[in-house]
Amino acid sequence: MAQINLTVNGKAAHAEVESRTLLVELLRDQLHLTGTHVGCDTSQCGACVVSVDGKSVKSCTMLAVQAEGAQVITIEGLAAADGTLHPMQEMFREHHGLQCGFCTPGMVMSGIDLVESHPDGLTEQQIREGLEGNICRCTGYHNIVKAIAAAWPLMHDKQMPQAAE
Amino acid sequence: MYDFEYHKPGAIDDAVKALGADAEAKALAGGMTFIPVLKQRLAKPSAVVDLAGLGLTGIRREGNALVIKAMTTHREVAMSSEVASAIPALAELASNIGDRQVRYRGTIGGSLANNDPSACYPSAVLALGATIVTSRRRIAAADYFQGMFTTALEPDELITEVSFPIPEKAAYAKFPNPASRYAMVGVFVAKTAAGARVAVTGAGNDGVFRHAAMEAALDQSFTADALKDVTTPESLMNGDIHAGTAYRAHLVGVMARRAVMACK
Ligand SMILES: Cc1cc2nc3c(=O)[nH]c(=O)nc-3n(C[C@H](O)[C@H](O)[C@H](O)COP(=O)(O)OP(=O)(O)OC[C@H]3O[C@@H](n4cnc5c(N)ncnc54)[C@H](O)[C@@H]3O)c2cc1C
Ligand code: FES
Ligand code: FES
Repeated sequence: MAQINLTVNGKAAHAEVESRTLLVELLRDQLHLTGTHVGCDTSQCGACVVSVDGKSVKSCTMLAVQAEGAQVITIEGLAAADGTLHPMQEMFREHHGLQCGFCTPGMVMSGIDLVESHPDGLTEQQIREGLEGNICRCTGYHNIVKAIAAAWPLMHDKQMPQAAE
Repeated sequence: MYDFEYHKPGAIDDAVKALGADAEAKALAGGMTFIPVLKQRLAKPSAVVDLAGLGLTGIRREGNALVIKAMTTHREVAMSSEVASAIPALAELASNIGDRQVRYRGTIGGSLANNDPSACYPSAVLALGATIVTSRRRIAAADYFQGMFTTALEPDELITEVSFPIPEKAAYAKFPNPASRYAMVGVFVAKTAAGARVAVTGAGNDGVFRHAAMEAALDQSFTADALKDVTTPESLMNGDIHAGTAYRAHLVGVMARRAVMACK
């Protein structure tokens, strides 16, 4: 067993894990943060995406011990303490970017990474390519793409530039 | 997943020692191939040696070569201005590997050590005549790849960096599997000081290979048109549920012509 220390949703977390424990298992089974889902065993579906040190990562394809010292943010860490949703969550609601909701935590985390890493604007094409690692069986993606585009001006507090690349 | 001991050494020598001391120990880079393999219990290492603490990331220009350290991620290669100015085809190749999350963690060293027959990097390494630099020697691309999932690496040998001679121009064209994004067929074409080079991944039944007939045709005239009558023997192709041998042989020609047209 290994002792690890990391920060999860802004709070220090300490856990005892096996070497083989996956980050998603640590989050779900030990820290009881079950918003992060597991949808495949081939690292393809993206239901498990969380933010690790500011990058969107498939938590089913990372060992918990590899997250030693990392800043991890999960879907549970997005809303404000008073329950106000993160703009990305709000836009998923507004634009009906989910149906069954299974892929949604991963979609929201990937969407936030996409918006944050494109401060000069984000095209529909870039959103669609940016979601290659997230599979949704229900929505047909259209409303997910709309939700992410709509979150961009809210997260950057400015209008989306025209024809940004 | 079977359990194992986890080590994260801080020096290359210590990592090599940890791998040498235990025949069942395996290195871990980005984990994008290795962790799925562990999850499916297709491997049972006694120890896993994480390479993340060895300082093996970075990209530099060295004379007429572009040198990329083993733990450099696909994302870093895709975003690097150094790569974009020296070998834009390599940045383009990296930017289309898997998906965003795979590119954040997957590494060039891991991809080359694994030598998956449908991985992208092997075609660039072979076409550009790159050198694989390891913890103990330098291996020419031509000697490095030894068939599917097989390389010249010894079990306790680590790739530390890859040195790519800068070509006159080059391009990579890939027909991705729509689900995994791996190459169903990928062709890397380069115009180098030594002549035209064409390396094919995803298609061959023995891993990445050079296409001698296409190279000869491009040496005559470096145009897509020069390739229009060059065929690829079906007997060399891999056939599976994604594509039969005839279709793959056809795609090799299409991707090669696209790559020649995209060369820069
Ligand atoms: C959904 C998905 C899609 C993908 N799509 C593509 C694609 O389109 N094209 C493509 O090319 N690849 C694709 N990949 C594979 C990806 O590029 C991986 O990053 C790569 O194959 C392995 O790199 P890694 O750093 O993750 O290595 P790991 O998985 O950590 O290691 C792979 C193997 O290499 C060994 N190893 C790692 N580093 C070294 C080193 N420095 N020296 C010696 N041995 C080492 C390990 O022991 C292990 O056996 C995809 C993967 C996934 C999950
Ligand atoms: S659970 Fe499917 S990618 Fe992680
Ligand atoms: S909303 Fe059901 S899988 Fe995406």
